[in-house]
Amino acid sequence: MKILCFGIAREIAGGPSLSLDGVAGTTVADLRRRLVRTYPGFGELVSFAVARNEEYAADDEVIEAGDEVVIIPPVAGG
Amino acid sequence: MDNSAAPIDVVLSPEPLSLEACRDFVAHPSCGGLCFFVGTIRDLNLGQTVTHLEFEAYAPMAVREMRKIADAAREKFSLRAVALHHRTGDLAIGDVAVIVAVSSVHRAPAFAGCEFVIDELKKHVPIWKKEFRPDGSHWINARP
Repeated sequence: MKILCFGIAREIAGGPSLSLDGVAGTTVADLRRRLVRTYPGFGELVSFAVARNEEYAADDEVIEAGDEVVIIPPVAGG
Repeated sequence: MDNSAAPIDVVLSPEPLSLEACRDFVAHPSCGGLCFFVGTIRDLNLGQTVTHLEFEAYAPMAVREMRKIADAAREKFSLRAVALHHRTGDLAIGDVAVIVAVSSVHRAPAFAGCEFVIDELKKHVPIWKKEFRPDGSHWINARP
Protein backbone atom coordinates (compact mmCIF):
# COMPACT_ATOMS: atom_id res chain seq x y z
CA MET A 1 0.00 0.00 0.00
CA LYS A 2 1.16 3.50 -0.86
CA ILE A 3 1.36 5.82 2.14
CA LEU A 4 1.64 9.56 1.57
CA CYS A 5 4.25 11.61 3.43
CA PHE A 6 4.43 15.35 4.09
CA GLY A 7 6.84 17.68 5.84
CA ILE A 8 9.52 15.88 7.80
CA ALA A 9 7.84 12.53 7.00
CA ARG A 10 8.69 13.13 3.34
CA GLU A 11 12.34 13.57 4.27
CA ILE A 12 12.37 10.47 6.51
CA ALA A 13 10.75 8.36 3.77
CA GLY A 14 13.03 9.86 1.12
CA GLY A 15 10.10 10.91 -1.08
CA PRO A 16 6.44 11.97 -1.16
CA SER A 17 5.26 8.42 -0.43
CA LEU A 18 6.44 5.07 0.85
CA SER A 19 5.19 1.58 0.13
CA LEU A 20 4.44 -1.19 2.63
CA ASP A 21 2.89 -4.60 1.90
CA GLY A 22 0.16 -6.19 3.98
CA VAL A 23 -1.15 -2.99 5.53
CA ALA A 24 -4.81 -3.55 4.56
CA GLY A 25 -6.60 -5.47 7.30
CA THR A 26 -4.20 -4.33 10.05
CA THR A 27 -4.80 -1.49 12.50
CA VAL A 28 -3.43 2.02 12.59
CA ALA A 29 -1.41 1.02 15.68
CA ASP A 30 0.13 -1.87 13.68
CA LEU A 31 1.07 0.55 10.91
CA ARG A 32 2.64 2.99 13.36
CA ARG A 33 4.77 0.22 14.85
CA ARG A 34 5.86 -0.96 11.41
CA LEU A 35 6.75 2.56 10.35
CA VAL A 36 8.97 3.09 13.38
CA ARG A 37 10.63 -0.28 12.81
CA THR A 38 11.21 0.27 9.10
CA TYR A 39 12.10 3.97 9.25
CA PRO A 40 13.68 4.70 12.65
CA GLY A 41 13.38 8.44 11.92
CA PHE A 42 9.67 8.25 12.75
CA GLY A 43 10.57 7.12 16.26
CA GLU A 44 12.64 10.29 16.71
CA LEU A 45 9.67 12.61 16.16
CA VAL A 46 7.78 14.25 19.04
CA SER A 47 4.78 12.26 17.76
CA PHE A 48 3.04 11.43 14.51
CA ALA A 49 -0.57 10.74 13.59
CA VAL A 50 -2.07 8.75 10.76
CA ALA A 51 -4.90 10.04 8.59
CA ARG A 52 -7.27 7.75 6.77
CA ASN A 53 -9.36 9.24 3.97
CA GLU A 54 -8.65 12.81 5.10
CA GLU A 55 -9.58 12.25 8.78
CA TYR A 56 -7.36 11.60 11.79
CA ALA A 57 -7.46 7.84 12.46
CA ALA A 58 -7.59 6.24 15.93
CA ASP A 59 -5.08 3.52 16.80
CA ASP A 60 -7.73 0.76 16.78
CA GLU A 61 -9.10 1.59 13.33
CA VAL A 62 -8.60 -1.07 10.68
CA ILE A 63 -7.08 0.10 7.41
CA GLU A 64 -8.93 -1.08 4.32
CA ALA A 65 -7.68 -1.60 0.78
CA GLY A 66 -8.26 1.58 -1.19
CA ASP A 67 -7.96 3.89 1.83
CA GLU A 68 -5.87 7.02 1.38
CA VAL A 69 -3.37 6.71 4.22
CA VAL A 70 -1.18 9.65 5.18
CA ILE A 71 1.49 10.13 7.85
CA ILE A 72 0.88 13.36 9.77
CA PRO A 73 3.99 14.55 11.64
CA PRO A 74 3.54 17.29 14.29
CA VAL A 75 1.67 20.14 12.63
CA ALA A 76 2.88 23.74 12.62
CA GLY A 77 0.37 25.93 10.81
CA GLY A 78 -0.20 29.59 11.52
CA MET B 1 -16.12 32.26 -2.00
CA ASP B 2 -18.44 29.61 -0.67
CA ASN B 3 -21.31 31.43 0.99
CA SER B 4 -23.97 28.92 0.02
CA ALA B 5 -24.57 27.15 3.33
CA ALA B 6 -22.89 28.52 6.47
CA PRO B 7 -21.10 31.89 6.18
CA ILE B 8 -17.65 30.34 6.26
CA ASP B 9 -14.82 31.12 3.86
CA VAL B 10 -11.85 28.77 3.96
CA VAL B 11 -8.89 29.33 1.64
CA LEU B 12 -5.57 27.50 1.35
CA SER B 13 -3.49 29.21 -1.30
CA PRO B 14 0.02 29.77 -2.63
CA GLU B 15 -1.01 33.35 -3.51
CA PRO B 16 -0.76 36.35 -1.13
CA LEU B 17 -3.69 36.59 1.29
CA SER B 18 -6.09 39.54 1.38
CA LEU B 19 -7.17 41.06 4.69
CA GLU B 20 -9.68 43.16 2.81
CA ALA B 21 -11.30 40.09 1.25
CA CYS B 22 -11.63 38.54 4.72
CA ARG B 23 -13.16 41.72 6.14
CA ASP B 24 -15.60 42.03 3.26
CA PHE B 25 -16.63 38.42 3.77
CA VAL B 26 -17.38 38.65 7.50
CA ALA B 27 -18.81 42.20 7.70
CA HIS B 28 -22.58 42.29 8.22
CA PRO B 29 -25.11 44.98 9.21
CA SER B 30 -26.12 42.97 12.32
CA CYS B 31 -22.53 42.83 13.63
CA GLY B 32 -20.92 45.44 15.84
CA GLY B 33 -17.65 43.56 16.22
CA LEU B 34 -15.18 42.27 13.67
CA CYS B 35 -12.01 40.69 15.01
CA PHE B 36 -8.91 39.74 13.03
CA PHE B 37 -5.76 37.79 13.65
CA VAL B 38 -2.98 38.18 11.10
CA GLY B 39 -0.02 35.84 11.47
CA THR B 40 3.18 37.09 9.87
CA ILE B 41 6.67 35.68 9.39
CA ARG B 42 9.09 37.11 11.92
CA ASP B 43 12.84 37.35 11.64
CA LEU B 44 13.76 35.70 14.95
CA ASN B 45 12.70 32.38 16.53
CA LEU B 46 14.10 31.21 19.89
CA GLY B 47 16.91 33.72 19.53
CA GLN B 48 17.94 32.48 16.08
CA THR B 49 17.84 34.56 12.90
CA VAL B 50 15.26 33.29 10.41
CA THR B 51 15.74 34.00 6.71
CA HIS B 52 12.48 32.56 5.35
CA LEU B 53 9.87 29.82 5.87
CA GLU B 54 8.36 27.17 3.68
CA PHE B 55 4.77 26.00 4.30
CA GLU B 56 3.55 22.63 3.11
CA ALA B 57 0.00 21.27 3.49
CA TYR B 58 -1.93 18.08 2.95
CA ALA B 59 -4.41 20.28 1.14
CA PRO B 60 -7.70 18.33 1.06
CA MET B 61 -7.51 17.40 4.73
CA ALA B 62 -6.23 20.85 5.74
CA VAL B 63 -9.23 22.51 4.12
CA ARG B 64 -11.54 19.98 5.75
CA GLU B 65 -10.03 20.60 9.21
CA MET B 66 -10.08 24.38 8.72
CA ARG B 67 -13.77 24.17 7.87
CA LYS B 68 -14.48 22.06 10.98
CA ILE B 69 -12.75 24.66 13.16
CA ALA B 70 -14.68 27.51 11.57
CA ASP B 71 -17.95 25.60 12.06
CA ALA B 72 -17.09 24.84 15.69
CA ALA B 73 -16.22 28.49 16.35
CA ARG B 74 -19.47 29.73 14.84
CA GLU B 75 -21.44 27.33 17.01
CA LYS B 76 -19.48 27.88 20.24
CA PHE B 77 -19.34 31.68 20.10
CA SER B 78 -22.50 32.41 18.05
CA LEU B 79 -20.42 34.13 15.39
CA ARG B 80 -22.10 35.51 12.31
CA ALA B 81 -19.26 34.61 9.90
CA VAL B 82 -15.73 33.21 9.86
CA ALA B 83 -13.02 33.61 7.24
CA LEU B 84 -9.90 31.48 7.61
CA HIS B 85 -7.18 31.88 4.99
CA HIS B 86 -3.79 30.15 5.07
CA ARG B 87 -0.84 30.53 2.74
CA THR B 88 1.39 27.76 1.38
CA GLY B 89 4.81 27.78 -0.29
CA ASP B 90 7.86 29.94 0.34
CA LEU B 91 7.27 32.98 2.56
CA ALA B 92 9.64 35.85 3.32
CA ILE B 93 10.00 37.84 6.54
CA GLY B 94 6.91 40.04 6.98
CA ASP B 95 4.69 37.96 4.69
CA VAL B 96 1.24 37.02 5.94
CA ALA B 97 0.91 33.29 6.65
CA VAL B 98 -2.61 33.21 8.07
CA ILE B 99 -5.66 35.43 8.51
CA VAL B 100 -8.58 34.75 10.84
CA ALA B 101 -11.57 37.07 10.57
CA VAL B 102 -14.77 36.71 12.58
CA SER B 103 -17.88 38.82 13.10
CA SER B 104 -20.41 38.89 15.89
CA VAL B 105 -23.06 41.18 17.37
CA HIS B 106 -20.79 42.21 20.26
CA ARG B 107 -17.03 42.31 20.74
CA ALA B 108 -16.46 39.70 23.47
CA PRO B 109 -17.40 36.63 21.39
CA ALA B 110 -15.49 38.11 18.44
CA PHE B 111 -12.24 38.25 20.45
CA ALA B 112 -12.81 34.81 21.98
CA GLY B 113 -13.84 33.20 18.68
CA CYS B 114 -10.86 34.62 16.82
CA GLU B 115 -8.44 33.26 19.44
CA PHE B 116 -10.17 29.86 19.40
CA VAL B 117 -9.80 29.57 15.61
CA ILE B 118 -6.05 30.30 15.49
CA ASP B 119 -5.35 28.09 18.55
CA GLU B 120 -7.23 25.13 17.04
CA LEU B 121 -5.60 25.65 13.65
CA LYS B 122 -2.17 25.34 15.21
CA LYS B 123 -3.19 22.09 16.94
CA HIS B 124 -5.03 20.15 14.24
CA VAL B 125 -4.62 21.41 10.69
CA PRO B 126 -2.12 19.36 8.64
CA ILE B 127 0.16 22.22 7.65
CA TRP B 128 3.91 22.14 8.27
CA LYS B 129 6.54 24.81 8.23
CA LYS B 130 10.22 24.54 7.61
CA GLU B 131 12.36 27.28 9.07
CA PHE B 132 15.48 28.40 7.21
CA ARG B 133 18.36 29.97 9.13
CA PRO B 134 21.76 31.09 7.95
CA ASP B 135 23.20 27.79 9.31
CA GLY B 136 20.56 25.31 8.09
CA SER B 137 16.90 24.39 8.14
CA HIS B 138 14.46 22.32 10.21
CA TRP B 139 10.77 21.41 10.45
CA ILE B 140 9.11 23.29 13.32
CA ASN B 141 7.71 21.16 16.21
CA ALA B 142 8.91 17.90 14.63
CA ARG B 143 11.71 16.85 16.95
CA PRO B 144 12.08 17.15 20.75
